[in-house]
Amino acid sequence: MSRRYLNQAGVALLSLVLIVWSLAPIYNMVLISLEPEGDVFTEHIWPRVPSIESFWGVLTQGHWYLAHFWRQFANSFFIGAMVTFFALLLGTLTSFAIARMRVRHGWLVSNAALLTYVIPASFLAIPFYRIMQNYGLANNPWSVIAALVAFATPYAIFVFQEYGRSIPIEVDESARIDGASPPQIYLRIYLPLMAPALVAVGTYALLLAWNEYLYQFLLLSSKSSMTVPVALAQFLSSDQSPWNYMMATAIVYALPPVAIYYAFRRRMAAGLTMGGVKG
Amino acid sequence: MMDNASVVNVARPAVRWDTVTRSLRGSLKGGEYMWAVAFVVPYVAVFLTFVAYPVVYGIWMGSEPSLYRELFADPIYQSSIVNTVLYLALGVNVKMFLALLLSGFFMRPGRWTKVMLLIFVMPWAVPQISTFISIHWMLNGEWGFLNNVLFKLAHIEGPSWLNDRWTALGSVIVAHIWKWTPFWTLILLAGRMAIPLEIRDTARVDGATGLKGFVHITFPLLANLYLISTLLSTIFLLGDFNAVTFVSGGGPANQTHVLATLGIRDAFETANPRLGVAAVMSALPLVIPLVIVLMRKLRTAEVQL
Repeated sequence: MSRRYLNQAGVALLSLVLIVWSLAPIYNMVLISLEPEGDVFTEHIWPRVPSIESFWGVLTQGHWYLAHFWRQFANSFFIGAMVTFFALLLGTLTSFAIARMRVRHGWLVSNAALLTYVIPASFLAIPFYRIMQNYGLANNPWSVIAALVAFATPYAIFVFQEYGRSIPIEVDESARIDGASPPQIYLRIYLPLMAPALVAVGTYALLLAWNEYLYQFLLLSSKSSMTVPVALAQFLSSDQSPWNYMMATAIVYALPPVAIYYAFRRRMAAGLTMGGVKG
Repeated sequence: MMDNASVVNVARPAVRWDTVTRSLRGSLKGGEYMWAVAFVVPYVAVFLTFVAYPVVYGIWMGSEPSLYRELFADPIYQSSIVNTVLYLALGVNVKMFLALLLSGFFMRPGRWTKVMLLIFVMPWAVPQISTFISIHWMLNGEWGFLNNVLFKLAHIEGPSWLNDRWTALGSVIVAHIWKWTPFWTLILLAGRMAIPLEIRDTARVDGATGLKGFVHITFPLLANLYLISTLLSTIFLLGDFNAVTFVSGGGPANQTHVLATLGIRDAFETANPRLGVAAVMSALPLVIPLVIVLMRKLRTAEVQL
């Protein structure tokens, strides 16, 4: 009996520690975003006079740091959508040719993808930047999209290959006997059957692009071409940062990925298990 | 419109499938081979242009031996090496060990565990930049949340965490652990879930419970996954730019840089891209063996998970 109570007390204590540990930085973000201007530099640990002034400032672009906020939000969204689209397109085409059509030397392509997956992206940033400059693509969202597609597609290829194993190859073969061409099999059989994996990988690619910072920082420098994370980092460049606006921006920027994450949580978990440890 | 289910049902009884598929699989007929190549070409092109070419270009940029003489003489580089080693040793291992323990906690049945898991994954769900900026401000010596709490609860005047090299580096490491423990906990949780129920039941009947069960049953089955996760996490951490940039900013006085951030600093702040590439390339003696081991391990990982 006492052992059970001890056990429950242990669970309660651990839960408390985990809640405080997990939520403290997030609570800090909310706390500061609710401070009225100038009240940031105080010592209280709960919002004394909660104010949504800073959120209003973000939504109406009411601070000079935020003059292009919605444009930057749209840039982030555009890059995220394009990266998702191309990662899914290239990932499905490649995995279809390798795993379903068994094209010769397909293993070479999977190895190239695997290699890309285990090279840290930040290590390639400097040469990538130089190459994009040589091509005159600096400050162009497509340079960022190209980089992120190159880094997101390998994961897509793994997950699709892995998930595709659950679909009997006989499905494809019988369609071939019936006279279906490879593009028809790809469009009408492969894609519909892969739908759950498409959702998992699509979510992954969208979040990857939305959360990425380094390439967007290096390649997008003008106020109207930059994305939200780059704009957020700009706040830090001055000593007199309006911290309440900054935290409100950080929260507005975090809302879409958090909503997507919790909405597709189960599907993403499926993706994680499918790909083994390939997070 | 072709219906998948009907394709299978209509065609299946008519032919001996084993022989047909075997004869079809190996050899793609002319037109089909062209299609297969056409399907692969877009990704191959992306790989060659945006991965292989930058790799070669980078190696060319960092190929001059004099660069490395300059680099090794730089005191900022020397401290970056120490920081990188500490960041790797503590960041990876503390995080993976916590993830291993916590994945056991989240195996507990019941609604409360599920609620806790939802809260626990928050750090991973919120974008890095938002949370690292928040942590940066939390650690401010005068107005930060952490010192305010310390003062309110215990009347301790906390230090300026980010103004001292070691507390700043410690803060970066803790921020990294905070951010990534949930992700690796989920991976190890998936690994634990994949252990068949019969094995766990048999072990329990045989008296392998608690620590004994963990040491003799659970951990041996998780060991391969744990190893791959550790290696993968090592390489991810080596390339991590955001935690250092936003939590400590490499400061105070450039004392908390790691190789990934030093490379970018040399290339763009001091406008010496070749030196930046050299800084990153100096991690290759660690990166190359890791890549080789991981490439081999990941090829077989799916089967063993």
